[in-house]
Amino acid sequence: MSNIPETGRNTRVQIRLVVIQVLVLSLLLTLGGRLWYLQIREGAAYAKEASGNHVQQVVQPAVRGSILDARGVALADNETRLVVSASRTDLLKMKDDGKEVLTKLAGVLGMTPEEVMAKVRLCDAETPQPCWNGSPYQPIPITDEATPKQALQIRERAEDFPGITAEPQAMRRYPSPGKANTAQVLGYLSPVTDEEIKQAQDTNSPYLRSDQVGRSGLERQYDKQLRGKAGVTRYEVDNLGRVIGQAEADPAHPGDNLVTSIDARVQRIAEYQLNEAMKEARKQHDRNTGTNYKADSGAVVVMEAKTGRVVAMASNPTYDPNAWVGGISAKDYARLTGKSSNYPLLNRAIQGQSAPGSIFKVIPTAAAVNAGYSFNGPYQCSSSYSIGGQVFKNFESKGYGPISLGRALEVSCDTVFYRLSHEEWKRDGGTKPKKKPHDWFYKTAHQFGLGKETGIDLPNEVTGRVPDRQWKLDYWKANKDAWCRTGKRNGSYAEKIAYENCLEGNRMRAGDSVNYSIGQGDTLVTPIQMATIYGAISNGGTLYDPSVGKAVISADGKTITPIKPQSHGKLPMTQKTRDEIDEALAGVATRGTAAWRFGGWPQDKIPMHAKTGTAEVYGKQTTSWFATYTKDYTVVMTISQGGTGSGASGPAVRNIYNALYGVSEDGKIDSKKALLPTPEKALPKVKTDGTIATPKIAKDPAKDQQAKKKDPNAPADPLQPATSAPPSPENRDTRRRRRRRGSRRLPT
Amino acid sequence: MTGGVNSFQVSGYGPERTGWTRLLARDSVARRLDWPILLSATALSLLGTLLVYSATRNRTELNQGDPYYFLIRHLLNTGIGLALMAGTIWLGHRGLRTAVPILYGVSVLLILLVLTPLGSTINGAHSWIKLPGGFSLQPSEFVKVTIILGMAMLLAARVDAGDRQYPDHRTVVQALGLAAVPMVIVMLMPDLGSVMVMVIIVLGVLLASGASNRWVFGLLGAGGIGAITVWQLGVLDDYQIARFAAFANPELDPAGVGYNTNQARIAIGSGGLTGSGLFHGSQTTGQFVPEQQTDFVFTVAGEELGFLGGGLIILLLGIVLWRACRIARETTDLYGTVVAAGIVAWFAFQTFENIGMTLGIMPVTGLPLPFVSYGGSSMFAVWIAVGLLQSIRVQRPMSA
Repeated sequence: MSNIPETGRNTRVQIRLVVIQVLVLSLLLTLGGRLWYLQIREGAAYAKEASGNHVQQVVQPAVRGSILDARGVALADNETRLVVSASRTDLLKMKDDGKEVLTKLAGVLGMTPEEVMAKVRLCDAETPQPCWNGSPYQPIPITDEATPKQALQIRERAEDFPGITAEPQAMRRYPSPGKANTAQVLGYLSPVTDEEIKQAQDTNSPYLRSDQVGRSGLERQYDKQLRGKAGVTRYEVDNLGRVIGQAEADPAHPGDNLVTSIDARVQRIAEYQLNEAMKEARKQHDRNTGTNYKADSGAVVVMEAKTGRVVAMASNPTYDPNAWVGGISAKDYARLTGKSSNYPLLNRAIQGQSAPGSIFKVIPTAAAVNAGYSFNGPYQCSSSYSIGGQVFKNFESKGYGPISLGRALEVSCDTVFYRLSHEEWKRDGGTKPKKKPHDWFYKTAHQFGLGKETGIDLPNEVTGRVPDRQWKLDYWKANKDAWCRTGKRNGSYAEKIAYENCLEGNRMRAGDSVNYSIGQGDTLVTPIQMATIYGAISNGGTLYDPSVGKAVISADGKTITPIKPQSHGKLPMTQKTRDEIDEALAGVATRGTAAWRFGGWPQDKIPMHAKTGTAEVYGKQTTSWFATYTKDYTVVMTISQGGTGSGASGPAVRNIYNALYGVSEDGKIDSKKALLPTPEKALPKVKTDGTIATPKIAKDPAKDQQAKKKDPNAPADPLQPATSAPPSPENRDTRRRRRRRGSRRLPT
Repeated sequence: MTGGVNSFQVSGYGPERTGWTRLLARDSVARRLDWPILLSATALSLLGTLLVYSATRNRTELNQGDPYYFLIRHLLNTGIGLALMAGTIWLGHRGLRTAVPILYGVSVLLILLVLTPLGSTINGAHSWIKLPGGFSLQPSEFVKVTIILGMAMLLAARVDAGDRQYPDHRTVVQALGLAAVPMVIVMLMPDLGSVMVMVIIVLGVLLASGASNRWVFGLLGAGGIGAITVWQLGVLDDYQIARFAAFANPELDPAGVGYNTNQARIAIGSGGLTGSGLFHGSQTTGQFVPEQQTDFVFTVAGEELGFLGGGLIILLLGIVLWRACRIARETTDLYGTVVAAGIVAWFAFQTFENIGMTLGIMPVTGLPLPFVSYGGSSMFAVWIAVGLLQSIRVQRPMSA
């Protein structure tokens, strides 16, 4: 048909109609193109955005695994608490945003309506605590301490409390079995932070908002295993947050249980004895300061000598780990971290470091033998040792004449070690050191594992310090500016030291090496390091990484992953030297500085080895050290500002051994009373349903022991030994040279 | 698929009830109808029914507890629309020519009525008249038809009479005046979207009438200046300005004005090639897109039927527009041409604006998508327009 109409339609109209048609076509093509762009090219991105739009997660927290002792007694587990929570989405559907319901709820719970409403509001930059920082789709807990009566009231009248639930929920609990609170070893939990969520986002174990994270101790070290995997149900919601369907659900996987090598009973006794020893030390008069000992902190480690497994580890001052459960209050937090409390959160067994004093002497003994000196000597144990006008005295200026290294250990003769160390210092070039000095005494300390972490499975272990040449140089570089600024040649004591340090603090001086040889000066060790070393002497020379975790057992009990003892080296000594040192340390317990504490000990049945130490700290009272071992165990105790090694720590350590082996004060062994005569080798029994058999534990093993002891005409005061009297008013081992330590720094 | 039903309806309401023989005769109305337009428009209306149902079946606050409320009403509207089309064909666009002044007058009166207290405001635009029984009337939809008819009548009168080759200046001025009166009233409502459609209709009508280029370009220029003036004088309401701002930058206020655009784009974008399946769109089920059964109905298609479904709607509307353009070109009288061209301008702009705003390439205005969006007035108006197109095609000579 023709496009030219009968009426002689002009071409202008026809052209314009074509233009319109082309325009229309181009508009439609634009729409089609844009639709293709949005749906096909960018479709995936929009689909993702859409799913983020309408899917919300609700988390069912995984039950955290328990921490058990070697026999299966729970040190940390979960208790069921009645938690009353409010669903924010349900409340917002109400006309008054749920105010009426919350007010009613406050009445039932005995709280004020303001308190309850503050708990369900969402946290933002301007909202102060309390507020909810989890997902708004998560039921918000209002209280975790509801009574069954309150919970019933809420449940029975569900129609009066829409959106409110009262359900039992698992909460962390530290039950302190037999009063063993084990606080610093267990650690604690606190809610996950935004930063941690972000960091763990793309890993295979991402955090959820509601997660609690281990912050210290075993809770932190084994957090991944204990945490389990939370269950997540994803709900589709509409634009008002109303749930319109369930998308998918991952069930929660409970966390693994951790079996430790801790024995709750021994732990309790260690804690109790440490505390008693400190209490007793505070009653003792310190001649040097003219006041009683402060005994401000202390630690004790009981370790299996052949594996490095920790049987007990106590730190004092301590705290109740349950303070952290359900969120720590501001008051508690201030109390636990304040200076006046002396930092009870610190685990002083691995985080407390101080000069070791004479328990260090096994190291210079091995060093001397390695440097070519004979073990048998003899070496002159003079009453004092002088280096150019500077006099280093033996304890109470006592002399023993020519003796062997073994005897020097037994009687803790300082001058023998002064001489050897000074000689070695001279052989290394003295004030003008050789290019490659042997540094036997320092090298040996490093080989013993000092100056670095033992590798225990607890976080934030400190390294201690070996004050060798490198350290002196680094320390001088870091501090010389301050020293040179404040130092004065003829100023006060502190100014003189600063002056001297400014001039030659970078060099190893004769006095430094002499002080170092008896574990004084700038040497720092931790109790766990010394336990590792004495354990190694006991087991024939293997330095084990101390460990607390023994096995990880899955919640169903089907997968058991043992944690095997690891070693980080061998002691740098021959078997012969070890045997000689071993014999000398036995001598310490039978006729040496610790003998008065082990009177009546059945040495023939359970050979005891010990070394006492009393370290000086500038400006403070002496630190008590006591390192001991048998063929199975090593026990190391220290008390800061506690007095002498055997004096302050002796009875406590003896009591721990008494409990382990069932030894009574008169030396009889009662195997029935022995808590742990040989280390627990087996893991606790796992029942078929995955639960772990829990043996019974006495209410307070420490009290039981005390009661038993009192029974057969034992002295009431455990600090008063029944048999041999102390060889002198003070321990033989004690050194009183407070001023001397400073004097070495004085220009002579 | 529904051809038989439609032909029955057309014949039922048609002018001649003379049996199947006449109906199937070569020169019968049924044979001369533009079937592609009719089938496409019917398909769009039925597709719209499903989409409207999907968008509203869960919206208890809108559907008064009856999930089929909107489905039934949309079907009802479609049926009335078809009847109106049949009536229009029966009267014929030439037959209506004499009635144009009356229709025009009534429609202008109705929009004036909206401005009185009888009118009611929905979504910021005072453009509705509430009727008993839950119905409401949007007279500006019908004004679109009467403007086309009125302008076409004026502009084509002397040309069709053979007096002139093109409409003279005086006629053009008269025609523009005729369009200006309702446009000003609609502007006062304020219903900016409808005014924009009317401007495009006026332009299309003038173009098709053969009015001199000076008018066309002059009007375009005046439109530009007018837009700037409106902007400068602050005649626009805040919400209208906000819509334009949100169009320029949708991230500006994702919870407020930009929300519609963002959510609409997410809904469509997430549809992909085949969509999430009818009634399975999470954006739709979750009611993230506001006004989804009316202005944003295309997002339902985009999300649940994907690129194929959205493309089908554009294709069907394209068929309607393409055939309408052919009708405009092939009719013999200028009156028919101008009416058809006006309808093309109307449908084309409204389609482009409506789908464009859901795709984020046009600012948000309250314009329905022809045939698909829920809304009686709009549905009736577009079916009357289809009736006009059919009438123009039916009444043109069989062949030259």
